[in-house]
Amino acid sequence: MSPTTVFGLWGAAAVGLGLYGMIVNPQPLRRILAFDLLGSGVFLLLGVVARRGAAAGFGGDPVGQALTITGVVVAFAATALAAALWLRLFEAAGSATLPDDAPPSASTDA
Amino acid sequence: MLHALDVCVVLLVLPLAVRTIAARETFAAVVSFMAYGLLLTLAWMRLAAPDVALAVAAIGSGLSGVLLLGASARLRATERPAAAERPSALLRLAAGILSAMIAAGLAAGVLSQPDPGPTLAPSVAEHLATTGVGNPVTGVLMAFRAMDTMLEKIVLLFALVGVWSLAPDRLWGGRPGPRHQADPRGVLAFLARLLPPVGFVVGVYLLWVSADKPGGAFQGSTILAAMWLLVMMAGLGDTPPVASRWLRLALIVGPAVFLAVGLGGLWFGDAFLAYPEAYAKALIVVIELGMMLTVAVTLALLVAGAPARSVPRSVPRNTPRNAPRNARR
Repeated sequence: MSPTTVFGLWGAAAVGLGLYGMIVNPQPLRRILAFDLLGSGVFLLLGVVARRGAAAGFGGDPVGQALTITGVVVAFAATALAAALWLRLFEAAGSATLPDDAPPSASTDA
Repeated sequence: MLHALDVCVVLLVLPLAVRTIAARETFAAVVSFMAYGLLLTLAWMRLAAPDVALAVAAIGSGLSGVLLLGASARLRATERPAAAERPSALLRLAAGILSAMIAAGLAAGVLSQPDPGPTLAPSVAEHLATTGVGNPVTGVLMAFRAMDTMLEKIVLLFALVGVWSLAPDRLWGGRPGPRHQADPRGVLAFLARLLPPVGFVVGVYLLWVSADKPGGAFQGSTILAAMWLLVMMAGLGDTPPVASRWLRLALIVGPAVFLAVGLGGLWFGDAFLAYPEAYAKALIVVIELGMMLTVAVTLALLVAGAPARSVPRSVPRNTPRNAPRNARR
């Protein structure tokens, strides 16, 4: 097993864990965290592909690496906006979860 | 060739990731996520991507961590009621199966990658000399895919506009976030006096060195943003009112310079963002400097949040540095 395989498998696992957390966690900030975990897995997969594209004396495909940097910054912007939205909801409504008037058996979100 | 370090990183990172999802308290989950992000930088180094490692450490772990720690402290009251809304076992099982299937699919993809992986590295190597920079990642970000980088700046700005627009009407134009108080003789205030000069030099160095060595404008800007946040959190400075004109200028100078150079390429060269070869390096540095200021201010203000305190009308356009306390007049 090469390092790219190990980290690639790790990236796949992080995507799975993040997705599970995003569906299951009722606490909004935890969903944002799960989203970031999912994102880190996607970036890692991209990094593995870039590493396997090492050629021409470069340790990895610089295009894939540059894309990842752009992605990390955009993910941060999304995180900040999402956190600000929840904080505002909490200020305005006194609760950070979306009101769930339906009986709890109806799925909170899908 | 598998290194013992790779196995160690994965073994350390696995429980942290599980804890990010499963910890009972949000605070613990955020701390786990920050530690996870820092360990992830080791993985990025092993993937021969030092520029990405810097970005992940600074933005993905550090800045996101600070932002989420602050939010979790303010949302602490909601924790108990939210925990009561835990979905049913059936839904959890279904979610688990779905996530496992998606992870398995991705893992299968990882295991069956084509052997010489697809790559654009040769074409980057071929044309890198025309950009005047030696670091291929900087070359891609600032020249070959400059359009993406420019749009990303604009995305950051839009995110900030989005955050600001969450302010209630009466607070519009006010200062973001709470006024931080800290013991003026405590560790935080001490570090906030000691670190900023060092951080400033390191940040600018990362930008400058990124022409030929690992570094980058984003990574440098994040360090500058962190230094500014440190000063604000230690109570040594206040967040600027969002109506402040110098602030607005700082927020648009980066994209404006980028756009101007891009349009100049249309005028003097053959395409939007085409740099004349003789001036390529100089233009890239000019764009990066403007970008650094804008990105640093934007990132810090994204962490600071929506305007939360109104500014008295009598002191308009006051710079934040000498706003309070210094009763000179």
